Amino acid sequence: MNLLISIVAVLILMLLAMGMTMNHVTIYFLTAIAPYAAIAVFLAGFIRRILLWAKSPVPFRIPTTCGQEKSLPWIKSSPLENPSGLPGVIGRMALEVLLFRSLFRNTDVEMIDGRPVYGSASWLWFFGLVFHGSLLVIILRHLRFFTEPILPGIAGLTAVDGFLELAIPTLYLSDVMLLAAVIFLFVRRIINAPLRYISLAADYFALLLIAAIAVTGLWMRHIQPTDLEQVKALVMGWVTLSPHSPQGVGVVFFIHLFLICVLLAWFPFSKLMHAGGVFLSPTRNLANNSRSQRHMNPWNGPVLVHTYEEYEDEFRDKMKAAGLPVEKE
Amino acid sequence: MAHVKIPQPDELIKINYALPETTWMETPVEFRPGTWSYSGTAKSLIALNLPNPRSWQPTDEDWKLPENWQAIILSGMKERLRKYRSFRLFMDICVRCGACADKCHFYIGSGDPKNMPVLRAELLRSVYRRYFTTAGKRFGRLAGARDLTVDVLKEWFYYFYQCTECRRCSVFCPYGIDQAEITMMGRELLNLVGCNINWVIEPVANCFRTGNHLGIQPGGIKDMLEFMADDIEDRTGVRVDVPLNKKGADILFVTPSGDYFADPGTYTCMGYLMLFHEIGLNYTFSTYASEGGNFGLFTSAEMVKRLNAKIYAEAKRLGVKWILGGECGHMWRVIHQYMDTMNGPADFLEEPVSPITGARFENARSTKMVHIAEFTADLIRNKKLKLDPRRNDHLKITFHDSCNPARAMGLFEEPRYIINNACNHFYEMAEDTIREKTFCCGAGAGLGNDENLEMRMRGGMPRAMAVRAVVQKYGVNRLACMCAIDRATLTTLMDYWVPGVSVMGVHELLANALIMKGEKERTVDLRGNEMGG
Repeated sequence: MNLLISIVAVLILMLLAMGMTMNHVTIYFLTAIAPYAAIAVFLAGFIRRILLWAKSPVPFRIPTTCGQEKSLPWIKSSPLENPSGLPGVIGRMALEVLLFRSLFRNTDVEMIDGRPVYGSASWLWFFGLVFHGSLLVIILRHLRFFTEPILPGIAGLTAVDGFLELAIPTLYLSDVMLLAAVIFLFVRRIINAPLRYISLAADYFALLLIAAIAVTGLWMRHIQPTDLEQVKALVMGWVTLSPHSPQGVGVVFFIHLFLICVLLAWFPFSKLMHAGGVFLSPTRNLANNSRSQRHMNPWNGPVLVHTYEEYEDEFRDKMKAAGLPVEKE
Repeated sequence: MAHVKIPQPDELIKINYALPETTWMETPVEFRPGTWSYSGTAKSLIALNLPNPRSWQPTDEDWKLPENWQAIILSGMKERLRKYRSFRLFMDICVRCGACADKCHFYIGSGDPKNMPVLRAELLRSVYRRYFTTAGKRFGRLAGARDLTVDVLKEWFYYFYQCTECRRCSVFCPYGIDQAEITMMGRELLNLVGCNINWVIEPVANCFRTGNHLGIQPGGIKDMLEFMADDIEDRTGVRVDVPLNKKGADILFVTPSGDYFADPGTYTCMGYLMLFHEIGLNYTFSTYASEGGNFGLFTSAEMVKRLNAKIYAEAKRLGVKWILGGECGHMWRVIHQYMDTMNGPADFLEEPVSPITGARFENARSTKMVHIAEFTADLIRNKKLKLDPRRNDHLKITFHDSCNPARAMGLFEEPRYIINNACNHFYEMAEDTIREKTFCCGAGAGLGNDENLEMRMRGGMPRAMAVRAVVQKYGVNRLACMCAIDRATLTTLMDYWVPGVSVMGVHELLANALIMKGEKERTVDLRGNEMGG
């Protein structure tokens, strides 16, 4: 059901984009207003969400420790799995954000002869990394539309990405990898029964939306080439704050553009915010040094306690009978 | 109350992983005997000034909730979203990748999809979305949101008291989402309307009044410790002191009350007494702070603080230099991650230094509380103990990392160092089941009661099966651990799944091997069994 809703939602969005290519007013909206609106919503929403998280304090130091703590000097500690200070935390976060360290631990479990047996399940890690890595490369490659001349780093990246020189125009490695990863993640979500059981419509929607953007992008490159001069002119129009409607780009381009706008505008309100949230996770970004440095809780207040005096008042006779020292005779 | 009948192991192991026909939101909770815990009694709630004391049970149709219970829960949620970044963040960023799903011992052992950490969290997240996000308010079910109904509350109760807050899922989560943190929030919310379990709330009430979970009064503590001293004299010929409430001691020693209450914890406690006697430590127990454990952790942050306050207060009253803590799991989560923040600064204490070796425990310089495994490992390293590991030759040991010292502290090497010096036959369990990936005993976080026995055996199954593997491979007959709840509950778990394996604390193992000045010829271990060597 959730899957069906997501498929329908993406189809409706695509039809909507096609419909908008029918007249000049909507084309103007799509090419001159929607991109600015989407970016504005994205930026404002993203910042608002981060501020919302940041506004809630971290009352307790609660890192999840995944290695030996720093204790006695002769015991080897694991600063990257259980950091005791800032350098370790930076290292741990870098591994987490760049290499998905925690996901790399992934195992699966199977009952064999009445006993759980754990196997490595790094596929999720591998395709997760491929997915995010190729997405990054593709976004960076698109910067070639946003500057004139093209930034040297971007040109270099594009050349490396296309080094296989397969097909004409060159097939980019990142495109292939992104598609493969999206297919893996999507198929996994459908055929893995427990995962299908927990999936919300938004989980399918995110993958389908990104897949649709990728497919329309590839379509314009390999099947129905779009006039890139026009696209570049359009984008430079946005950059120079003088947007104008492009001529001679196909309907697929408008779908591609519209879906990107939808993705951007939806991003801050969705689970995609894990991109910002991962940096703030208190179980990962804190040093495990709460016994050597006092961590402050801004809302730490007085609580009702049972004092020693109250305790002794109740048990004084029993304490004396047992020969235990008391404060008051 | 009577034990619930539970299936035999060969029946229980046939775990049904099939998913319900209905979606999880449409599958109501079923309180099956053996899988839930009795409610907290009115008496305990009143003793603690907790809301809505009454007589009720989870199987009742009417939970006798306050009239405005929804408003109470929602304003409680709002308050906690403002107070805890972890809570707000963990409500927002889960992508439901499913990496946590099969990491939970309760899911592996029960096959119930709502025991997948991700779905356990969604129970709360769905309500968060409905009342605190625009998408949830507007699109409802479509956005994964649902109304807060009595059925939802019942579901929270069942599943948040079916999570042992072991944090294993958070090791595997790419964003470090910690179900323990979400369960803690869920339990705080349930407590606001008086829904808690007696195996948590009665120990809390006891601890508040008498200083320990078991409600042992001052004379009783003294008697038990003296009784242990008698047993020690019987086994070793050495009479050890039992210092209690002693002003002028250098060190206050705090350990979970399970250690002086019941076997096999008592043997661990005898181990402490022998060790402290042998090194001539000037220390004291306290009757007022006679509990290291803190079932407040399974209630609310406020309750953690209310119970924990006694330790520093007593250290100050007795004028000790620093505090030493015994073998316990969740106790060390509280000491390590909460105590100083909540009840510090402990500026009336000194930076801990071992009076025997002179070693500075710099990692505890602010909290001023040292774990006994750190303390003992340092003694062994500096050759201050005479140990004869052959005396443990009758034992083949494996070691269970307790959840909290593992994943909320990182205490892995110290206990292993002690074990390796105290015995000759130590075998590790499979890598996926130890250290940061250790499996819970299935009965932590207040779930170790008899009425919940089936769920305990299910949740403990992954741990038990890992033990069974080393039993078959190496002939292991003893499971060592560093947690009082483990010592109690792993014993039941072993009897059920791996009969023949008994459970011990690390300091019992140490004390078997400890050569004491003036001891008679040792022929039996602390349990009175013939020993090796």
